[in-house]
Amino acid sequence: MSRTGGPLRPALTSRSFWLAVGVTAALAGAALFLLPLVGSAHIHLGRALAGASPDAEILFRARLPRVLLALLAGGALAVTGTLFQALLRDALAEPYTLGVSSGASLGAVIAISAGWGRVAGVPAIWIAAMAGAAAVLALVLGVAAEGRRISSFTLLLAGVTVNSICLASILFLQYFAGFSQSFAIVRWLLGGIDAVEYTALAWLAAVVLPFAGYAVWRARDWNLLAVGEDWAAARGVSTQRLMLTGYLAGSVMAGTLTSLTGPIGFVGLIVPHALRLRLGADHRVLIPCAFFSGAAFLALADTLARTLLAPTELPVGVITAMTGGPFFIWLLRSRRRSLWL
Amino acid sequence: MSALFALSGVGLSHGGAEVLRGVTVELDRPQMVAVVGPNGAGKSTLLSVMAGLRPRYLGSCRYAGREVRKWPRRPFAREVSFVPQSLRIEFPFTAEQVVMMGRTPYCDGLFESPDDREAVERAMHATGTLGFRGRDFRSLSGGEKQRVILASVLAQSPKVLLLDEPTTFLDLQHQVSIYTVLRRQAAGMLVVAVTHDLNLAAAYSDRVLVLRGGELVRDAAPSEVLDAGTILEVFGVSAAVRSEAGRPWILYGS
Repeated sequence: MSRTGGPLRPALTSRSFWLAVGVTAALAGAALFLLPLVGSAHIHLGRALAGASPDAEILFRARLPRVLLALLAGGALAVTGTLFQALLRDALAEPYTLGVSSGASLGAVIAISAGWGRVAGVPAIWIAAMAGAAAVLALVLGVAAEGRRISSFTLLLAGVTVNSICLASILFLQYFAGFSQSFAIVRWLLGGIDAVEYTALAWLAAVVLPFAGYAVWRARDWNLLAVGEDWAAARGVSTQRLMLTGYLAGSVMAGTLTSLTGPIGFVGLIVPHALRLRLGADHRVLIPCAFFSGAAFLALADTLARTLLAPTELPVGVITAMTGGPFFIWLLRSRRRSLWL
Repeated sequence: MSALFALSGVGLSHGGAEVLRGVTVELDRPQMVAVVGPNGAGKSTLLSVMAGLRPRYLGSCRYAGREVRKWPRRPFAREVSFVPQSLRIEFPFTAEQVVMMGRTPYCDGLFESPDDREAVERAMHATGTLGFRGRDFRSLSGGEKQRVILASVLAQSPKVLLLDEPTTFLDLQHQVSIYTVLRRQAAGMLVVAVTHDLNLAAAYSDRVLVLRGGELVRDAAPSEVLDAGTILEVFGVSAAVRSEAGRPWILYGS
């Protein structure tokens, strides 16, 4: 690829779109069908499908829900990261930039410290985490809105500040927590994918899929907003309304899944950049591909986390950073014409 | 029939300061209008009010008989296009993708239509940007960038082009090539360009608006506006003005 050569990335055609989306969707599909078969205990697929014990329990109660959760969480994180990088016009933006994850964490830590168990059959940690994420989101958006205008710059600062306040509160609570609670807090803050019930998965899917679909639907508008607000407004985009719904969509996705998994770093930051290096900046391709590649990446990382040192499990965030980081550096180095991120 | 753009007593306050005050002017097409004035005179503000980006203006700013703030954004974008003073793109959009963004007010589906592609092709041809259509916008030179941005607003097929300092920071060749394209477009459109270069304004425009301290102080043909007295009064610079082929030519510091 030379700087002076012919067209590198021609304008979006339906062929290039479906090729990119098809390849990434196939990756996610392969992850869904193959990864549940991998694990420390050997299972026989025929026996599992016939409902024989213990193969069926291992496949359908332990591994499949876990892979599904990783797929949904990875997809949502990557979409939100792509969206926030565009809206904030900041390469370092990620799903947690507005502070929803630290809000969720603070909620969870309060629930752990108080020793709350289950509320109406649902783990209290989830409810507290969601409440924390929602409170932080309302606070940050409230601070950044001047009248009916939202300033991305103020939003960024408000997010960073609220983040610090929440983290300080978490340290405060942890300092006074008992030994076992303190351990539970650390485990939660490390983040991780657990086998959850299918009803929880259905709820998560009901939140993530429509919002991710919305992000794809408005992809052309994110292109314009990624260039600039006036640039978008002068081309007929209702910038303020779209920015608000974009921030809300991303934060609701990130807040909900963080309540179930804890904070998982790296996916939402690196997957969008890796895709941009290969596919360019057009969000019409970028966002659907981010969903599928983020999903496949986190599902694979989680499979490694539970198999590498089995029966010991590694925190999945360690795997995402340790595998994704070097890969991303290789990607950066292998692309000579890349300017900077 | 009233003028395409009819401004009456247009003003704007920003953070308590009045940056634009009582601007009354009518602009019609086809015409090339230069807006000049010292820094902080309100040139950019005037342009952004006309572009519909500052809905809280005072007075009345009508486009085609309708108040600009009451225009729905998409139909307005098919009529009036705007080139901001500076554009910093952080992401790897190609030149062609940047031009294609001009088609946004016409696009509904996921992909562009053949009409959109044709408009992009025409706009890139008119600006001489087809040669680097596939290159990363960030890797282009300042002049190439500005031509791509110009192509993007031409692809918008507007009736009005509003440009905020389209040639600042460009070399001589690019300044002339941009203004040549604008002059050609002004055969059918209303082109309004903010500029600091009085000689460019004199050479290419039909009409010059002079702003100072947020007020419109002169509005006439270049030969009537750009004289030594006005330049000294508005810019505080002494200059000699000669006439070349009926257009003023300004020599500074004489």
